[in-house]
Amino acid sequence: MNTALWTEDKALTRAVLELDVNNHAGVMSHVVGMFSRRAYNVEGILCMPVGSGATSRIWLLVNEEARLGQMQKQLEKLEDVLAVRRHEADHQVFERLEEFFR
Amino acid sequence: MPTRPTEILTGAQITVRLIERQGVQTLAGIPGGAILPIYDALSQSAQIRHVLARHEQGAGFIAQGMARATGMPAVCLASSGPGATNLLTAIADAKLDSVPLVAITGQVPRSMIGTDAFQEVDTYGLSIPITKHNYLVNSAEELLEVIPNAFRLAASGRPGPVLIDIPKDVQNEAIEVGAWPQPGNADEKLAPEAALISRAAALINQAERPILYLGGGVVHSGAAEAVVALAEKGGLPTVMTLMALGAMPVDHPLSLGMLGMHGARCTNLALDECDLLIAVGARFDDRATGKVAAFCAHAKIMHIDIDPSELDKIKTAHLGIAGDVNAVLRMLLPEIEPQLRVRWLSRVVCLKAEHPLRTPGIDDPRTHYGLIRAVADCLDDEACIVTDVGQHQMWVAQAYPLRRARQWLTSGGLGTMGFGLPAAIGAALAEPQRTVVCFTGDGSILMNVQEFVTAAEENVNVKIVLMNNASLGLVTQQQTMFYGGRIYASKFNAVPDFIRIAEGFGLRTVNLDDEDDPFAALGAALRSRGPMLIHASIEPHEKVLPMVPPGAANSEMIGG
Repeated sequence: MNTALWTEDKALTRAVLELDVNNHAGVMSHVVGMFSRRAYNVEGILCMPVGSGATSRIWLLVNEEARLGQMQKQLEKLEDVLAVRRHEADHQVFERLEEFFR
Repeated sequence: MPTRPTEILTGAQITVRLIERQGVQTLAGIPGGAILPIYDALSQSAQIRHVLARHEQGAGFIAQGMARATGMPAVCLASSGPGATNLLTAIADAKLDSVPLVAITGQVPRSMIGTDAFQEVDTYGLSIPITKHNYLVNSAEELLEVIPNAFRLAASGRPGPVLIDIPKDVQNEAIEVGAWPQPGNADEKLAPEAALISRAAALINQAERPILYLGGGVVHSGAAEAVVALAEKGGLPTVMTLMALGAMPVDHPLSLGMLGMHGARCTNLALDECDLLIAVGARFDDRATGKVAAFCAHAKIMHIDIDPSELDKIKTAHLGIAGDVNAVLRMLLPEIEPQLRVRWLSRVVCLKAEHPLRTPGIDDPRTHYGLIRAVADCLDDEACIVTDVGQHQMWVAQAYPLRRARQWLTSGGLGTMGFGLPAAIGAALAEPQRTVVCFTGDGSILMNVQEFVTAAEENVNVKIVLMNNASLGLVTQQQTMFYGGRIYASKFNAVPDFIRIAEGFGLRTVNLDDEDDPFAALGAALRSRGPMLIHASIEPHEKVLPMVPPGAANSEMIGG
């Protein structure tokens, strides 16, 4: 493991959560509050409305920790969260976004 | 062409109508500027009786008392700002104990939200982490969806509190209402996977030293009958959390009573020896498990819970079943082989004989255990037993012969001093045929003492048994045991005259300290109708024992 490349290292320690949510004021508070009150840092957030705008998609870049599974279950309990999908850290959405941070 | 007559109604009138359609007969609250339109509409309701609390936290706990006694969602009302913040403790308490509650708060008009208006506070933001769900309503039209949904969510799955914040202009907005939505009721419960049921049955059938571990979920799902049937068929010794007390009668031969921090030694020692722990509607709370790594360290864990996020949260389950506890147990029961389990059950009998719960003074009504037993001797299982929080709560949990689900109302998860009196009022309002006993302490009672007058006004059949040791007993106990005996800020130097206080609020009273025959005086008090304070001094040095020191394993109990 000591020869791991940076990208492999990142893939081991980060995860991307993709959430389908209702689009109204307060939903983001519910989602990020779930993390903040457990002292679980969210490294990156991206949110855009989908289709008619009735729903949104939220992308969260988070550190891969043992309690991530518990976080996912807690998110699934939120009434305004319609679905949660978990991806590896090499998911393109944040990689392509990195261009804007140069 | 409209097919049915429409009405022009305000948001406030719609709110009241929707609450009526939920079948609500009684609710509790305190009015204030931002919720006056709803109160005005409420004044026209022939169905709903409003109980005026004297502090919003009291209103929240009165509603909790109704919900805990019946299992149905109950409603509390408060105005904006301090009204809403005063409700928060009762809402958080409902969240931790999974109590179905619908809290409705008034809010400043939408045009003033965010301006630091008079009595404006971010009720929505404040209530996010302590509710199952919450709403800030944006239009009168939305109420038609939000209110039935709030009742549905409060009652569905794992129950919990839902808050609806309604700005004053939304309450005043008049709209045309044609059709009414169906009342919100609990969603259908998902059936558990059949394959998991068979695996669960096999685990139980093959276990040599199984223990059934019941939590509050058993009470919420109405599974008391099913757990007793399962325990009897499978020969399963059974432990209960604080929240599950009453689910299996404590004097049932298979009952080991309460586990954990103040459980009997035999109970915690039996758990240490089990090879299969069957957790049913329980969440492995730290007061139940002690040091988690040492809890049932040699056992396989089977965990049945309606909330999937509870599975593997604290302890990884060898078999986790997400589903309604009652439904799961009823599917499981036919697959359980009847077992005598002679070796294991005789080992448990032996542990019970060697390490029973010690209740010194239980025959003397002037001691703490004796007073609790004397109350029990005067009542039958139809009585409802409510407590506040502290030493008295643990003593009652240990010594009162609870035998009926929903007989026992206590603040478990949040451990809120001040819970007892208003919750008892709520229970008595919901079930007026019962005698409701509220065991409390001199610390707890002062935290919602204003509700004495609500009890008097409503003439509820609540008997408040005040165990007075002139101290914050559990704090004194911990300072004595773990802080070098440095008693600080836990002894009351000035102690109020509780008899005169209660009389001043309009309650009848009896002081057992002054009675030659305290048992007879207690019996007469409990047989009378209406609210009453029953005062009894207890020894300040008495401790709740045995005790697992905070952070220690349950096998490292002190005393008892």
